[in-house]
Order: sequence, then C-alpha cells, then structure tokens
Amino acid sequence: MENHNVIVSSSPHIRAKASTRSIMQDVLIALVPSLISGVIFYGFRVLWILALSIGSCVAFEYLWQHLLKKPIRIGDLSAAVTGVLLAFNLPVTVPWWIPVIGAFVSIIIVKELYGGIGSNFMNPAMVGRVFLSVSWPILMTQFCEPFIGHWFGTTDVITSATPLAILKSGEGIEGLPSFVTLFLGGVGGCIGETSALALLLGGLYLVYRRVINLRIPLSFVGAVALLSFLFTNGSLSPFDNMMYHVLSGGLFLGAFFMATDYATSPVAASGQIIMGIGCGLITFMIRRFGGYPEGVSYAILLMNVATPLIDKVCKPKKYGYVRRGSSAKK
Amino acid sequence: MRKLTFKHGIHPRDHKSYTNAIPIRMVEPPELLYFPVQQHIGAPLDILVKPGDKVLKGQKLADSTAPVSVPLHSSVSGTVKDVGMYMHASGVKVPTVVVENDGQDTCVEFIEHDDLDALSKEDIIKLIREGGVVGMGGAGFPTHIKLSPPPEKEIRHIIINGSECEPYLTSDHRVMVEEPGMIIEGLHVIRKLFPQADAYVAIEANKPDAIETMKAEVEGTDIGVLTMQTKYPQGAEKQLIYAVTGKEIPSGSLPMDVGCIVINIDTATAIARAVKQGIPLCRRIVTVSGTMVSKPGNFSVRIGTPFSTVIEAAGGIGAVPGKIIMGGPMMGVAGHSLDVPVVKATSSILLFDQEEAKAGEESPCIRCGRCMSACPIQLRPLYLNAYALKGDWEQCQKENMMDCIECGCCSYVCPAKRHLVQSIRVGKQQLAKRK
Ligand code: SF4
Ligand code: SF4
Repeated sequence: MENHNVIVSSSPHIRAKASTRSIMQDVLIALVPSLISGVIFYGFRVLWILALSIGSCVAFEYLWQHLLKKPIRIGDLSAAVTGVLLAFNLPVTVPWWIPVIGAFVSIIIVKELYGGIGSNFMNPAMVGRVFLSVSWPILMTQFCEPFIGHWFGTTDVITSATPLAILKSGEGIEGLPSFVTLFLGGVGGCIGETSALALLLGGLYLVYRRVINLRIPLSFVGAVALLSFLFTNGSLSPFDNMMYHVLSGGLFLGAFFMATDYATSPVAASGQIIMGIGCGLITFMIRRFGGYPEGVSYAILLMNVATPLIDKVCKPKKYGYVRRGSSAKK
Repeated sequence: MRKLTFKHGIHPRDHKSYTNAIPIRMVEPPELLYFPVQQHIGAPLDILVKPGDKVLKGQKLADSTAPVSVPLHSSVSGTVKDVGMYMHASGVKVPTVVVENDGQDTCVEFIEHDDLDALSKEDIIKLIREGGVVGMGGAGFPTHIKLSPPPEKEIRHIIINGSECEPYLTSDHRVMVEEPGMIIEGLHVIRKLFPQADAYVAIEANKPDAIETMKAEVEGTDIGVLTMQTKYPQGAEKQLIYAVTGKEIPSGSLPMDVGCIVINIDTATAIARAVKQGIPLCRRIVTVSGTMVSKPGNFSVRIGTPFSTVIEAAGGIGAVPGKIIMGGPMMGVAGHSLDVPVVKATSSILLFDQEEAKAGEESPCIRCGRCMSACPIQLRPLYLNAYALKGDWEQCQKENMMDCIECGCCSYVCPAKRHLVQSIRVGKQQLAKRK
C-alpha cells in the first residue's frame, strides 16, 4: 500500500495553534482600547489618520513584495500592526501625507530593506515617528486640546504645552493636569498616548495572551519611576514628579507596545530586563537633560540598536553546564 | 505533595482519553511475520536460520558475538519462508527473516529462575541479553549494556519511567494499570544488580489510576512512587533525572555519570519475563490511535506482525491516512506504508487524516523567543536554525547544538512554523561528521 498521499515529514507531527498572524491579531485587539480613547478625546479624524496609516503600510509592503517577486506576506498582519502603531504616534492634526510618508519610512526603509519581518533591527513605527518629528517638527507637535467638548464644536488647533514640557522647564506647574486626567486620558499628545488606562488594559491583555511578558514593560516603567522619584525638578514632591513621569507622554505605549517588539528586543529573559532598564534610563536622561521634552522614542531606538549585542552577551543558562550540587529529593 | 518537574517544556493537548481507559487487547498473530534483523542500536546480527528451517516460538533467528547487540527471537512457531530484503518502517529495505506461522505456538523450553538470590550479577545480565531486551521507549538501546556501567560509576538511583509524556501514547499507562506486579518484579531484578540504589517509579499526574495501582503494589517496600507534573518532555532522561534528583547530567555525559539509571515501563516487564520466566522479548504493547482509527486502543502485538494486521484489529481505516507515525507525535517517525512490521521499538502507530498531517507553511522567524522559553535544554533554537541553514557549523558548535535532545518543543511552539528540529538534526549530523 505504497501511497503518495501519505505525508512523510520530520517530527514533531503536531504544532501549537498560535501563528504569526494570530499573534499580530492579538496585538491589534490590544490596541483597540487606546483607539477608542483616541476617538473619544480627539474625534473621528483619528479614524481617518488610522486608515491612511494602515492602508499605506499594507500597500507599501504589498508593492515591495510584489515588485521584488517575494512571497506576499501582508496576511501575517504585521504591516497592519505597524500602521496602527505609527498612527498612534502622530498628533491628530497632521496633514494626510504625514502618515503616508511615515509608512514609507517604516515599511520600505526600516522593515523591507533589512529583509522583512523579523529581520529589521529598529522598530519600524518608532523610526517613522522620529523621522517625521525631525523633518516636520512643527506639524508633529501640534497637539490639539483634547476634551469631550469637541464633539459639539470644531477642533481648533491649539499648541498646548504637554505635561512633560512643563516638567522639563519646571515652570507653570499649576498648569499640570490632575493624575486622574492623566490616567484616564485627556491630555494633549499623540493619538494613542492619551489614556494610560487604555494602554494598560491592552498591555495586560497581551500579557494574558502570552504575546508579551512583563519583563520589558515593568523594568522600563520601573526605571523611569525610580529615577523620577529620586531626581525631582522644581517644586514637585518626589511622588508627584514620579506620577507625572510615569503617566505622561508615550511611556506606556512605548513600554508595552513598542519596546516589546520581537524583532528589535532581546530574546533572553535577562536581556529583556536590561533592555527595559536601558530604555527607562535613557528616557529619563533625555526628558531631564536632553534637548527634547520626550525621550521614549529615542530610548527605544537606541536600545534596539544595542539588542544584537545584548543577545550576544545574555544567554540562558543551559542544562548540563553548571554543576548543581543538590542531592536527591525524597 | 509538590509535583516534581523540570524547567521549561510545553503542554500539548494529550489526546490520551481515546485509549487510556480501554484494556489491552491481543492481536492474533497473522500467517506471515517479518523480522527485520536489526532491532537495536549497536552491532549488526548474523542470521542463524535459512529458508525451510522449522522455528519455535522463542527461538533465536539472529545473534552476534559483538558486545553491544542482543539476539532476535521468533515470536511464533512455524517455518522460515524467506530471508531477504524487506521494507522496514523507516522506509528502507533491510535484511529480514520471514516466518510462516503454523498457529501452534510451540515454544522452546523456557528456563525459569524463581529465586533471584541464586543468580549472580553476571547471570542476570546474561539472561537479560539472551532475552533480547532493548529500551522499549523507542530508542532500542540494548538494556544489558545500560545495566552494566563500569565499576567506578556508583549507581544510586533507579528510576522506572512511567511518565509517558508523549501525546496519544498510553501503552505504559495500561501496563501500569494491568501488570503492576511485572513492573515491580523487573525492578527487583535491576535492584539485585545495584543493591545500594534507591528505586522510584515516576508517573505523570495525568495517570491517577496508574499512580494508585503502583502505590498499592509497592506498599510495604522502600520503592517510591513519584507524581510528576504533566509536562512534555517529562519522560526524557535528562529531564526526568533532574525532576527526581535535582541533578543535571553534564553535557556529553550519561545518566550513569550522575548515578542514575532510567528504565522504561515495558522494558521493566521484559526484564522480569526474560530473567524470571526465561521468556525472550516476543511481544510488545502498541498504542494504535489518531483520528483515522475507528477503534483506538492498546494492543499486545507479536514482534513481526505487519502494521496492517494491527490496524485491522483496531477497526481498520476507511480512507488513505494523511500520515503514519511510529512513536509519539513529538518525536516519532513518519512512515510511508502500513506494510511494515512491528519491531521491538514500535511504541505506537498513529494515523492522522490529511488535515492533521499538514505541517503548515514555514515563514520567517519573528524572534518571538517562544522556542527558547520552550527548550528544556535552554538552547537558542532560532539561532541554531539560522546557523544550520547558513551552514555555519562553527556557530552551531558554539550554541551547543549537540546538546539538543530533539524533543521537538521548539518546533511545536514556533508561530512561524519553522522546521527547527529538522534543521538541528541535519546540523548535528554535520557536527558529528566533523569530529
Ligand atoms: S532545540 Fe532541541 S532540545 Fe531544545 S526544544 Fe528544540 S528539539 Fe528540544
Ligand atoms: S519560535 Fe519560531 S518565530 Fe519564534 S523565535 Fe523561535 S524560531 Fe523564531
């Protein structure tokens, strides 16, 4: 009964269900709470920016793979994830071509030129954001005042000082929003950054689904918290200073969704902790001493670049290499 | 009690409920039985019979004087029909003795040894060898060699491996429930060889009835029945020894180097039969399962019975299987055909349908790290895979590729469906050649 329909392949003959696509799907689901908070605070224009960003990311990836006669992999949804993350890193006021250019940089220059999914050495959306910030600094910092009231009127562009800018200058501390506002959302910033609560919900969903673990987010946020507690600025109490640093800006977005990017973070547990602490340290240094009020993006990119080195140094302890002296357990 | 376990590993669905509650059934030996001459790891055997010879059940068909070898016996009485090249389960033709069964089951005279104390250690080792006993877990390494460590290696722990961590497989489980006495008798024989060693039967927590029967069986002795966490690969020697003793076998060493000997359940019963009853290894328990099988279960099968006869006993199959797996789904080997015989190492026959048989398309590694978290040896399979595909053997060596136990955990969890173990296996062969 020699039969050619019988598949002869190497073991194992069973595989876990999770696929690249199902993982990316989980990431997309985890980003939904932040998307909702973005729409609530910044209006429906958020959806337009999001559509442009996802659409151009997927389209650029498809075009590249099509033109170079590579397998088409847009179905793995990784380009869609990059699209959402890129949109989340933009102010809602940007003109339509900003997400398109950002998508080009993210997908073509950062991802595909380096070999596509898994091979890029910097986070595509993060490079997209930094590229746009450097090229069009004004457009990228026009944060509109978010408030539920915009549902009843027009969205006026107001360049409002973000909490981090206030913290940096140490002036106008009375203008800082309350912790509750920071936590729930409603502070000027990028689309996806406004609600720490929504980001946390999504992040914990990813942890629950075992897409990410807590090593990078915890050590990242923990390092920022500790440093901002120890080194206050102006007249804020250490605790208040810490709360503002932890809850403001893109820290949660960066810690849960950007720094945990598989391709650009270390694979070993110890390496991931180093990554998180490194990100936290650099973020704080930039926020406090650097030329910009916000440092999450640069911190993540710098640690992305350090990742191959960290991977070389941080390897798990292998079975059978260090003698364990313990005797038989009864 | 805290369940004993090892680090990392995976939790696949175990699919054991298809077969674990059904008593072992006998498969009537067919008219023609096929005995591939090489059924152990070690030296090849010389064939002792020629076509036309009458053979008895338990008579040697082949043997060798080489130290790492065990004889092969006929599992039925009858006439040698042919000695030639026949298909083996691995897909290649190998020297095979074909015996026509006369249905009489006339046996050679089995010499019983009821009193273990009357036997010297050498006698016991010799009886185990003459009984054709090999590791029944799948590797097929001659058991008497495993039980003859050099004198400077002090054996302190004997572990009977009842983990049976591979999904689908339940043959050891059924033997523990149905023949606990034989297992313990086998253990007694082994303990005669190592009187100082303590002895354990290690069973995964998903077999509560087996744990209970074994506990009842060892009542009043100093043998420990240990409950192990249900996790794959709990039954792998290195992992089991770590779980039971807390010791790691140093890279490149053997269990005996940390004072341990691990023996499979059905190997223990084979030892008992060979030594105490003088009956050589003629049958084995085979799990027949998988979506294609209408009446899955465990079967007591004479060595040499074609797979097709066994499948018929399990209700037959309606359609062409998508995959034929010998052994467990994690480490077993896929075969081409059902017209191959059961050998000493055939722990199971699994038939998957076309849907289950699909491996999934390989896509690029996304560096998710799952393979690393799953690897019980804590290697970095993603790098091993990349280096092996590049042919960078230097780096493979640096990443300790040779320590891989080919358990398959990494491939199992990989969301990119990469063929990690396959590439590692190729790499290991290359590294072995370069040595
Ligand atoms: S690398 Fe080897 S030991 Fe590690 S999980 Fe893969 S097959 Fe198992
Ligand atoms: S599990 Fe697969 S995709 Fe993930 S790191 Fe390992 S090889 Fe890469």
